Amino acid sequence: MNTELVENEVGAPLGAPVYELSRVSKTYARNLVVALEGVNLTLRKGSFTSVIGSSGCGKSTLLKIMAGLIPPSQGRVVLQGKPVTGPRRDIGMMFQQATLFPWKTAVENIVLPIEIRDGKAAAKAAMEKAYELLDIVGLKGFENVYPNELSGGMAQRASICRMLITEPAVLLLDEPFSALDELSRDMMNMELQRICTEQDATAFLVTHSIQEAVILSDEIVVMKPRPGRVAEVVKVDLPRPRTLEMMTTPEFGEIVEYIRGQLDKGEDM
Amino acid sequence: MTDVSNAPSPADNAEDTVWVQEVAFIDSVPRWIAMTFVFLVFIGTWQFVTSFGLVSPIILPTPAETLKDMIFVGQNLLTGGYMLTALWITILEVIYGFALAIAIGFTLGVLVGETAFGEKAVMPYLVAIDTMPKVAFAPLFVAWLGFGIESKVALAAFIATFPIVVGTAAGLHAADENARMLFKTMGASRMQTLIKMKLPTGLPQIFTGLKIGAVGVMAGAITGEFLGGGKGFGELIRVAASQLNTPRVFSLILYLSLVGLALYLLVQFAQRKIVFWHKERVGSYDG
Repeated sequence: MNTELVENEVGAPLGAPVYELSRVSKTYARNLVVALEGVNLTLRKGSFTSVIGSSGCGKSTLLKIMAGLIPPSQGRVVLQGKPVTGPRRDIGMMFQQATLFPWKTAVENIVLPIEIRDGKAAAKAAMEKAYELLDIVGLKGFENVYPNELSGGMAQRASICRMLITEPAVLLLDEPFSALDELSRDMMNMELQRICTEQDATAFLVTHSIQEAVILSDEIVVMKPRPGRVAEVVKVDLPRPRTLEMMTTPEFGEIVEYIRGQLDKGEDM
Repeated sequence: MTDVSNAPSPADNAEDTVWVQEVAFIDSVPRWIAMTFVFLVFIGTWQFVTSFGLVSPIILPTPAETLKDMIFVGQNLLTGGYMLTALWITILEVIYGFALAIAIGFTLGVLVGETAFGEKAVMPYLVAIDTMPKVAFAPLFVAWLGFGIESKVALAAFIATFPIVVGTAAGLHAADENARMLFKTMGASRMQTLIKMKLPTGLPQIFTGLKIGAVGVMAGAITGEFLGGGKGFGELIRVAASQLNTPRVFSLILYLSLVGLALYLLVQFAQRKIVFWHKERVGSYDG
């Protein structure tokens, strides 16, 4: 269904807006640092957006605002038509570390968000779904294994399941695979693409890696520091599904070079 | 591509590069043999010192004498003699003292580790009291609670409480930033975060506190008996020492230390059962 829609416009899928930010600014009262200034951003249904920028460009502040962990100083933050005023069930989040709890088995870790929000009985009822999700990420057979028996990549797969169990409307990914070795990272990125496509997920990735951003994204938000702001939104019109082989194509290299140039400009200041 | 077939390489006829890696002698000796060796050296020195009259028998009895007395005390304990009654009193003091220390220590630990008020206002006092020589409070406990078991329980609990407070407070701070943020994004309440995340994460530290407390509770009970009389095992030791019955003192201390050891092992056993995940990785898969 995707392909036809993609054909219509210039690359990006034509989903309805899911997450909308307008004029979002954040000034930390403590030291009057302007972390974000006038950020406008729209995530459409089923799209994959990455944000990239040097440290201090406000990307983690942006992510925290989008996760409902901190309030913006100005601007509107609206997810599925409702302003985000705190953590929400329809926001899924994933961190650099898998952060699985060692006293819980893989499935128990996965249903934890349900356990926290709806109690033990609901968590038990969600077990079935957790099994399905584990199957999707290729962890069938590891349902009742404790996290210390999982490798780094497997642990991150399990944490993908934990993020998906509440069926969030948006996935916020905070450098999710940066702690993995490069081979696993490439593989996990392809897995992530597959899962996002299967679930028709709307994803927002914060990353340091230009390659990672280009291979995964429909749109890349290039941010610049002092104050943190959006410098440019780069559309990536490589065909889907993306493969690792695409990373060697000239088109891929061009986009990477272009973004690198944009980032370097910011560094001159 | 490099050819990795079985073509013979020029070195095939040459001698293998096999050499013997040096291993330290002690690495090849089993632990029990090493321990027995130290034990024999200890007993040997002891025997040497006593049999050549280098030390008065009142100060240091021979190993044989000590062993004889240990058998005597052991028989008394096994046949339910007066020593068993005394030992039982001390064991009760230890159990009550430890239970009290756990209850108070854990509560204070959560207060100090979880609330900003506790950390700011209560912790400094706890640190101040912890630096005091707690044994010095023994006469106070006797004055307040009398010569019975209560004053010993109080001193034992007093000494064992602090490591448990510190262990619990440290444990509650053990959770990393990611885990905290994860719980926030899941919309967890403060109570849920405490019970489902911070406490389980901190269990290893809490158990470390319990182990230190288990050692302290024993010391507290015996000190209490030394300074406050009563009918416990400490009193037996004090009486034997005042009669210059050194072999008896030695054997009583040995049996007493068995009780302490049992308590420590009990805590360790509980730790292994409850904090089952906190151990070296036995094996790991690679994905």
